[in-house]
Amino acid sequence: MENEILIETRDLVKIYPMGRHGIIALNKVNLVFRKGEFAGLVGPSGSGKTTLLNIIGSLDSPTSGSAIVLGKKVEELSHKEAARLRNKNIGFIFQTFNLLPHYTAYENVEFPLLLLKIPASERKRRVMQALEWVRLADRFNSRPSQLSGGECQRVAIARAIVKEPAIILADEPTANLDAENSHNILQIMAGLNQQLRTTFIFATHDDKVIRYLRRKITLFDGRVVKDEIREQERKMDDTLPVKEARILK
Amino acid sequence: MKLYFKLALRNLLAAGLRTWLNVIVLSFAFVAIIWSQGLYRGMSRHAAQAMTEVELGGGQYWHENFDPYNPLTLQEAHGPVPEPLAQLIQEGKATAILIVQGTLYPQGRFFPVLIKGIDPRQKILLFPSRYLELSRNLELSQSGEIPALIGSRMASTCGLKIGDTVTLRWRDKRGAFDARNLTIVHIMKTSVQSVDQGQVWISLDLLRELTGLEGEATVITLAKDVNFAGAVPGWSYKSLDFLLRDIDEVIRGKTIGASIIYFVLLSLAMLAIFDTQVLSIWRRRKEVGTLMALGMTRAQVIKLFTIEGAMHSVLAAVVAALYGLPLLVFFARKGLGMPKAVDSYGFALDERIFPTYSIGLIMGTVIIIMVITTMVSFLPTRRIAKLKPTEALRGRIT
Repeated sequence: MENEILIETRDLVKIYPMGRHGIIALNKVNLVFRKGEFAGLVGPSGSGKTTLLNIIGSLDSPTSGSAIVLGKKVEELSHKEAARLRNKNIGFIFQTFNLLPHYTAYENVEFPLLLLKIPASERKRRVMQALEWVRLADRFNSRPSQLSGGECQRVAIARAIVKEPAIILADEPTANLDAENSHNILQIMAGLNQQLRTTFIFATHDDKVIRYLRRKITLFDGRVVKDEIREQERKMDDTLPVKEARILK
Repeated sequence: MKLYFKLALRNLLAAGLRTWLNVIVLSFAFVAIIWSQGLYRGMSRHAAQAMTEVELGGGQYWHENFDPYNPLTLQEAHGPVPEPLAQLIQEGKATAILIVQGTLYPQGRFFPVLIKGIDPRQKILLFPSRYLELSRNLELSQSGEIPALIGSRMASTCGLKIGDTVTLRWRDKRGAFDARNLTIVHIMKTSVQSVDQGQVWISLDLLRELTGLEGEATVITLAKDVNFAGAVPGWSYKSLDFLLRDIDEVIRGKTIGASIIYFVLLSLAMLAIFDTQVLSIWRRRKEVGTLMALGMTRAQVIKLFTIEGAMHSVLAAVVAALYGLPLLVFFARKGLGMPKAVDSYGFALDERIFPTYSIGLIMGTVIIIMVITTMVSFLPTRRIAKLKPTEALRGRIT
């Protein structure tokens, strides 16, 4: 369903215990994310971007308030339920790629499907398709140590997208990449967002990423200070090279 | 579960030299334990077999006063062979042995001995009693000398060889001392010390005649296929299990001693695995966070790391099989040469001991090591249960 609400936060507060009072990482954050959004949390370091992303991703729980992800209250989930939610519905992309070092690109992408107990033939089809999406099908047998930073991040994207989750959370996905690779990665993600209607939420302060966002949420000291829908949406055909656009279409 | 084994094996092999060092140390433990346990089993089996064949038969009846550990009882430890046992002896299903204290005077010294009378024609024991037959020793009998056989240890201790004559003194049933020369007609080589050291074997009839103990015996040894001939007044039945109990206890004592070596070896291997696990969790904390982010529960991550540690023992079993099996088969076939000092072990040991390995021993050892390895692997992984995914992803351990 278009415009379906996937994520909703209500008076979300996160306080990290430190000293007598603790550090307030999120302070009454109220946000709604809908299906197919390509949104970004921007702001300086310590503004609460990653904390919010972690709570949405059920990796962390709020101190108070509520985060409802795909109809489930994160704060009420057990470890097992949170793991199941991540496994089925949420893909993660990290700044440092976090690929499993001893696994090939294929095996890294395959891993979430193994946890989902997808049959082998279906697994193979989906892994190869995901690697095609990120244009790494020919490097399927390479290990992370044999891949460049950009290629590693593309494998990480394939790993996040392979289970076709409803939400992909990307924490500073371009921070370790040069400009060219950053654009490549962003184009791939924007393409997947268009094609699969997967909701992408970024935590970033990288201008290159911000240029691609269709919604920009600015955080400062744990509060939402600005939530803007970008008027100028980038058109796929304008941004992608001809060859890439063809693949994604 | 298959997935965990697959992932664990992949991670383990990827760890390279660290894994193989642990695996090799653990494989030593496998081979050493199986080899030495097999050796003790071989010793035990050989000792039991040799003693059964040469001395114990299928069990024994002892005169009620007989106590093999108290020589002072020997003077009274004999009596007429009772009817049911005499019947068995007649049928060739048992043989009587009379034991009397005596003194041997080799080369001017005196040497306390047990004089044992055995029927030269008996077939119950694999004992060279035929050398005592009268027909073989007519000349000696005519000259009044006693044909005797002794063991090689006794011969060595007393400096005797075949054909040597030496004075033997004993007391008859009335307590009177008597003495005669005996001539060594045979020196037997046996691994069973209890029929060798400090013993002189002569014909049963002759000993009865010399001591005036006609028709009497101290011990009646049954044939292997005759276990129990019923209760006999004045005699107590000793089963083979009872008679072999001492050997079992000696072997058990030796095994416990050897266990200290296994314990040290196994502890080293376990320490290495424990250390590897602790290091692994520390070094791979970001990976743990990633696994959680990808949807693994803490329990699943703990399971993965535990299986990974436990897989050391699986690999070790494979490696141990590669070099251990040929080694174990070699020793099982060729045996292991025993030094002379093993006589001091106190039970029958041959010059070569052939280790005996059973499926139970091998499987038991493998299972015990695998269980211990799994436990040792599990202990450090408990730390993962306290790990927050967000902290782990940052490479921190809380």
